[in-house]
Amino acid sequence: MTMDHEIAGDLSDAGIEFVTTVPCKQLAGVIAEVDNHPDLLHVPCNKEDEGMGLCAGAWMGGKRPCIIMQNTALGVTVNTLATLIQFYRMPLPMLISYRGELGEPVACQVEMALHTKALLNQLHIPTYHFHRQADVEELPRILDYTFMCNKPVAILTDATFWGGY
Amino acid sequence: MIRAEILRDIAPVIRDHLVVCNIGIPSQELHAIDDQPTNFYMLGTMGLASSIGFGLALAQTRTVIAIDGDGSVLTNLGTLPTIGNNAADNFILLIIDNGSYGSTGDQPTYAGARTSLAEVARACGCEHVVECAAEETRAALEAAIAERRKTVIVAKCESGNEKHPVITMDPVIIRDRFMQAVGA
Repeated sequence: MTMDHEIAGDLSDAGIEFVTTVPCKQLAGVIAEVDNHPDLLHVPCNKEDEGMGLCAGAWMGGKRPCIIMQNTALGVTVNTLATLIQFYRMPLPMLISYRGELGEPVACQVEMALHTKALLNQLHIPTYHFHRQADVEELPRILDYTFMCNKPVAILTDATFWGGY
Repeated sequence: MIRAEILRDIAPVIRDHLVVCNIGIPSQELHAIDDQPTNFYMLGTMGLASSIGFGLALAQTRTVIAIDGDGSVLTNLGTLPTIGNNAADNFILLIIDNGSYGSTGDQPTYAGARTSLAEVARACGCEHVVECAAEETRAALEAAIAERRKTVIVAKCESGNEKHPVITMDPVIIRDRFMQAVGA
């Protein structure tokens, strides 16, 4: 079983039925698995704050959501995280490609990587960082935790975790 | 007609459906005119009424009416391709287009100038788009609900706001009350 397949399965096993995504090279395999999964409704969005709006609606409609995105977009979601997801107390697992870490070939990606954990910390968003492949074993518990506490939770997945890309 | 007059006119039509209402004065007006547990009021996050409403429509079968403004749709134009490309017969996006940013002092929007949101919606893949005068909004809404067809309504009206109190209901209460109504 591939890592991508396993992650999509973990999302479904956690009761997630609605997944919105913004493309990322590192996450391409997971996004493809989500798209093919019979129990996951995959609705690609055009921007991450839009995606969080979709997730908020899906959750109020009775479907557990998840957003798959890149850390470079964290800046454009700050207002949505604070005034929608946190203010109304909604759960939102964010599976995030952590670009700009070791192995990164594109210098510009490092610029938002520098701010990623600081922003999440400033927003008081519980943050998990997958660096070794074995770290994925914690995903089911992180998802349970997210829907237990009704908070946005970030899962950062770096290039080492993905084995380069 | 101004926005509040449209809201007063459509209140009996939207009362029995799920409503996601745009940030600021639109929510304050709807809250004052006809507060319902089936209303989800946005207290912040400009631009996302259509996205929240569409996510809600995709997740369950009841009719969802997202009441949005031209300024807010311009803020989140990416919402229209998402709406245009995903099936949800139970979704109606009502854009009350008064050509201005009402909550911030009625500054003009581009929708009041050269930009046609109805044309943008069509170009984004929304098949059923109705542009109407303010007075025709209620009939357009009734037809869309009856047809149960994903519809974007652009209701052209005059700029202007009524004065109503800021919503002080706790957001978690708004959300919890709404979710209970969704499940009812």
